[in-house]
Formats: sequence, C-alpha cells, structure tokens
Amino acid sequence: MRHLLGIEGWRRDELESLLDRAKAHLPGGADTTHVLRGKVVANLFFEDSTRTRTSFHMAAKGLGASVLNWTHTGSSVSKGETLLDTARNIEATGPAAIVMRHRSSGAPHLVAKHVKCAVINAGDGTHEHPSQALLDAFTLRQRWGALDGRTVLIVGDVRHSRVARSNLLCLRALGARVVLCGPPTLIPPGLEDMGAEVTHNLDAALPQADAVMCLRIQLERQEQSFVPSTREYARLFGLNAAREERMKADAVVMHPGPINRGVELAPAVADGPRSVILEQVSNGVAVRRAILEVCAA
Amino acid sequence: MSSTVLFRRGRVIDPRNGVDGVRDVLVRDGKVVEVSEALLPVPSSAEVVDAAGKWVLPGFIDLHVHLREPGEEGKETVLTGCRAAVAGGFTAVVAMPNTKVVNDNAMVTELVLNRARAAALCHVYPAGAITKGLKGEELAEMGELVSAGCVAITDDGRPVMNASLMRRTLQYATMFDVPVMVHEEDLTLSAGGAMHEGAVSTRLGLRGIPASAEVAMVARDLVLLEETKGRLHVAHVSCEGSVRLIREAKQRGLRVTCEVAPHHFILDDRAVGDYDTHAKMAPPLRADSDVLALREALVDGTVDAIATDHAPHGVLDKLVEFEKGINGIVGLETALGLTLELVHAGVLTANRAVELLTHGPAKAFGLPGGHLAPGAPADVTVVDPDVEWTVDAHQFLSRSRNTPFHGRKQKGRVIQTWVSGLKVFDKGQVGQSKESR
Ligand SMILES: [Zn+2]
Repeated sequence: MRHLLGIEGWRRDELESLLDRAKAHLPGGADTTHVLRGKVVANLFFEDSTRTRTSFHMAAKGLGASVLNWTHTGSSVSKGETLLDTARNIEATGPAAIVMRHRSSGAPHLVAKHVKCAVINAGDGTHEHPSQALLDAFTLRQRWGALDGRTVLIVGDVRHSRVARSNLLCLRALGARVVLCGPPTLIPPGLEDMGAEVTHNLDAALPQADAVMCLRIQLERQEQSFVPSTREYARLFGLNAAREERMKADAVVMHPGPINRGVELAPAVADGPRSVILEQVSNGVAVRRAILEVCAA
Repeated sequence: MSSTVLFRRGRVIDPRNGVDGVRDVLVRDGKVVEVSEALLPVPSSAEVVDAAGKWVLPGFIDLHVHLREPGEEGKETVLTGCRAAVAGGFTAVVAMPNTKVVNDNAMVTELVLNRARAAALCHVYPAGAITKGLKGEELAEMGELVSAGCVAITDDGRPVMNASLMRRTLQYATMFDVPVMVHEEDLTLSAGGAMHEGAVSTRLGLRGIPASAEVAMVARDLVLLEETKGRLHVAHVSCEGSVRLIREAKQRGLRVTCEVAPHHFILDDRAVGDYDTHAKMAPPLRADSDVLALREALVDGTVDAIATDHAPHGVLDKLVEFEKGINGIVGLETALGLTLELVHAGVLTANRAVELLTHGPAKAFGLPGGHLAPGAPADVTVVDPDVEWTVDAHQFLSRSRNTPFHGRKQKGRVIQTWVSGLKVFDKGQVGQSKESR
C-alpha cells in the first residue's frame, strides 16, 4: 500500500518503474484483470471531473476491482459534515484505495493521515494532479524514449494549475528542462526553487522547446483581473499557426483538456500533426492502472 | 490581612530600574517594599522563597490575548485563560474585544472585569472595539469603554479598511489617550489567502497572502498617525517591511508602538509542512528573512513588546482542509520558553528579553507593573532558567490545545507566579494559597 498524494515524495527510479509498468497496461498488453480482483476502489470526487473520474473508473475495472463512486460537488455536502467524516464513512466500506478529487489543496494529505487505505490524489485545489503528469510523461517517453536533455515549455495559468506543478516536478525528476511561461499575474513566486525557469515571452521561448504544453485558461478568472481579456491572452500566449512556425520541426503540442479553442490553442494546432492530445487521453487509463497496481495491489 | 514575602537571593532582572543581579526582594500588602543587594532580615510571619539559582522577574504582561468569553466558553473562559496566563508567568493580560458578544459597550467590559475578579488570578485589562460589532462602519462609544475600564481600543481580528474612519478613530482617541491597536491587513490583498505568499505557498498550491497586505496598511496608518498626532499600536507585526516603517516612524518621533508574537520570531512559513493547520494564523508565518528582521527589531528597540496573540480554538477547528482551518494558536504557556530560545541563541540578552515581556508592554499601554521598584505592584514571576522540559499540549491549563509547538524541547520555565503579593501559580499548580489570603 502506498499513497500517491503528489509527484513530490516520489524518486526518479520509482516514477520510472511506474511508467514502465504502464506499458503493460496498454491495449493489447497482458491480461491484468486479476490484479485487483475482489478489491474495491472508491472514487471520492468533491469536484466534478468526468474525464479523470471515468479514466480511474475504467482503470480500476480493467484490473478487476469493483468501483464505488461517490460524488459530492459544490455546496451539497451537508453542513457540519466534515471531509474526515466522509472519508471515514467511505473507508468503512473497506476499499483498497481512495481516489480523491477535492477543491482544497492538501485535502488528500489530510485524509491520508486518517485512513488506513491508499489515497490517490486525482487533483487537489491548485496543488497537484499527479496522474495527469504521469500520463503526460508517459506520452513524451513514447515519443522520445528518455526525457533527459529535452525542454518542455508549459504555457498559461501556472498560478492556479495543479497540472503545471505536478508536471514540473515529474518532468524535472525525469531529467527534462522545464520552462514556465505566462503573464506575471499568473506566475506565483518561488517556482525557481522547484527547478523551473520562468519567462513571460512566449515567442522567445518557443524555438527552444521540444514540447509545448498549453494549460487551460479558466475564463472565470478574468473577473479577478489576472488578465485583461481572453482576447489579449490569446494574442500574447495563444499557440496559433504563426507561432507554430517558430517551433522546432519535431516539437509536440500537449494540452490536459478541455481546450478553449482559439484561446490557448488555435484549432488547427490542436488538431494538427504535432498534437499528441488524443494520445494523452488514451494513455490515461494505462497509466492509472499502473498507479492503482502500485498503490493498491 | 497583611502578607509578607521575601524572595531570597534570586537573580533579579528589572530592566526599567537597571537592576540585574542577586537581590533580596521584600513585598508586603501587594507592593514591593525593598530590593536589596544585602541579605535582608526575615520579618516575622514572612513567607520566604528560596530563589537561589532562579530568576526573580517582574510579572509578564501580555498585550494581546483572546479569552473567548463571552460567547465561546468551550474554547476558553476568563478563568481558564487566567490559569493559562499565570502558568506562563503572565500577571496581566489585555483581553481582545472580538468575543461572540463583541466588547463594544460597557456591559461587556464589566462582564469581563467581573469574571476576572471572580477568577482572582491575574490582572485582566479589557480592550474595547473601535467599531460597533467590529463591522468597520460606526465608531463604538470609546468614552464609555474607557471609563468602564478598557485600556486600548481595537478591532483586532480584522482591519479598519475605511481610511477615513481610521483617521477619525485616531483623532477621537486622543481625548482619552488610549492606544489604538491595529490588526494590519489589506483585505483586498489577502483575500482568499491561507498562508504567506512565497515559495512554500507555491509548492503547496495554497493561495498566498503577500507581505504587502500588512505593510501597505502599516504605511497608511503611520501617515494618518502623523497627521492626527494620535497613538498607534501595531499588533502582531510579522514582516520586514512593517518593521522598517515602524522603526523610521519612531525615529521621527511618532507615537507608535508595536508587538511581535513568539511564533513569528521562531517559525517561518516552512512550518506549514504538510498542510499543518497548527501553523495557520493571521498574519501568517512569513519568510525566513522576515523572521530575521523581526529578531533584529526585537534587539534594537523597534519592538516594544512580545505579545502572544493567544488564540484558543477547538480540535475540530483545525482538523479540516488547510484553507478551511481557523486562524490562531494558543501562546500563553509557551511564550517564555520560545523567548528564551532567542536568549540561548545569543540573539537577545536576558535583560532585553525580560524587558520585552514586562516594562516594554507596560509602557506601551501605560499599565501598572512591569518592574520591581519599591511601591510597584508585587507581581512577580520566578523562573528556573536551567530546567529542560518538553511542551506537552495535553498539560496546558488553557482550555484549548492548538499549538505547533507540542513536543518542542525548551530550556527555562516559570516555576512560580505572584500577583499582588499572592502566590497564584506554584510548580504546575494554580490557585491562591489559602493562608496567604
Ligand atoms: Zn488577535
């Protein structure tokens, strides 16, 4: 039993062995339906995420587990019922793992301290989203073999992005160089301490990148004036056809989805030959099977 | 009934009166009678305290304590707060007005004073609210609050965001010569923040509170202070920028005082660790450079007082997601040990440390006590400077246990506390000895 609360706390060799395992879970791989047979995986989602929840659900089913889905979004958690109450109730059903999505950073850490089963973070607040980072790294390894010496450029709302944090940690651990790019209002302090380079000039950074990962811009954040408008954001940080020409010939384009087409990514780029976005999605299940295998088996 | 106590051969540290050496201290009828280098004869019926090897200090004064009564007696009451206070060597505390019935009128002030009288342990000085209901809209009746016994006015727990209202507060308060105590936090800068904004908040993905949320408000209030010729006390200063502004204002002769809480000069934002809500407070634990700046300011006189911001909360208030965790930690019973850490580290002299706990706060608020000259109140704290012990939150006399210091090793501890010549705390036991009453 092992928790996956974040990429933080996992060593390079552990991450690599998990990614190696994920290969066996690709379609057409070995029969793994016995791995979690007779066990329960609880999906505990306090924030809606059809993609991630479905992906974990399919992964657990594929390993022979039964899945308990518990979804409680928004303000519907009854007053006075705490996160720990809910987690302990779920724990009472005897799951091998709790897969948890929550809008508060650190919520899975709190649960992990108080339950006996494995806790797998499926996204906590603006902190980490480790399974996304692992499937991204898996996708890049499929292309490149190793990540050493490669440069990954992550563009967008780094401040509010758990995908950015987990990817930064994961890609750095696997030997890649990570450049983060966005307007200063969306770049929090101290990212250099986590091994990143920071720039606000996308055009200057593009030619060095072997992969460009665009982050979803939360349109509602405009209210807080992090950026003046999505139009201006697209002008300064959107990956369009003109910018695509500045990229290395074999550089790839990634996006964790869902895409705001025409804002962070021009449709032609998102659907173009550089895009590995659909591979990211299909690799998700294999990587999550490996995560469940390592944590819950 | 008269009572006489002779503290025999302790190291008396009394910064206000320039005393630091082995002395006998004689107290009678609640007052200090004599402090002598020579051995004093033992008066008949005197209780003798053998203080050899111990420190005999003026009782500590805490300018910033939340006693939670009225309204949240499950967290603390005036009585339990006073028990915690004397266990920590404090003989006087200033009680913040943000109780669940706000202390914005004389009835609440009197209730607190009555409870304190009934507890009969240490001096409790209520602070009244600046604005009715702490809403930041209308001034509370300051004159009534002061005549009922309030020694300061403050909306502590929240800032006065309206600059015009703050300006009038400072002006109006000059009639009563009470300090206006301010919790400096620009809510538009701190909004939604759960901890200090820096590398740690970025790593943890928590919304940060920039230092500017405090510094900008300190700057604003110093500007207003200069214009109004008022008296300002900045509560729980947490960062370098504030310290720099206050230091400069003092040099220019403005009537500004300030306090720093032990957690802010001991811990930095890394103490949040794995989302430990026991490290969640307002203002938040800052960067290590801020901690160093606070320590310098403690040394050079910019800081007037060490104040605990004792903030008791229940277990469930902390057993939640970090963002939901309630702010604050208890502080009365750990303040001395944490202050002595700076003495052991060579940052503060023993003399300066004692000054920050005694004369400094007394002077800032114009309170009695804080020193041991003949005629001063016989409020005395006896400390064993060498005893090593471990903080155990389960042993706290406070009704609450919320502290990040549980399990921390300390050197130096309060062994006795005397208030008005009466022994109210002795080796872990609270209560006035019947004989001495
Ligand atoms: Zn306070």
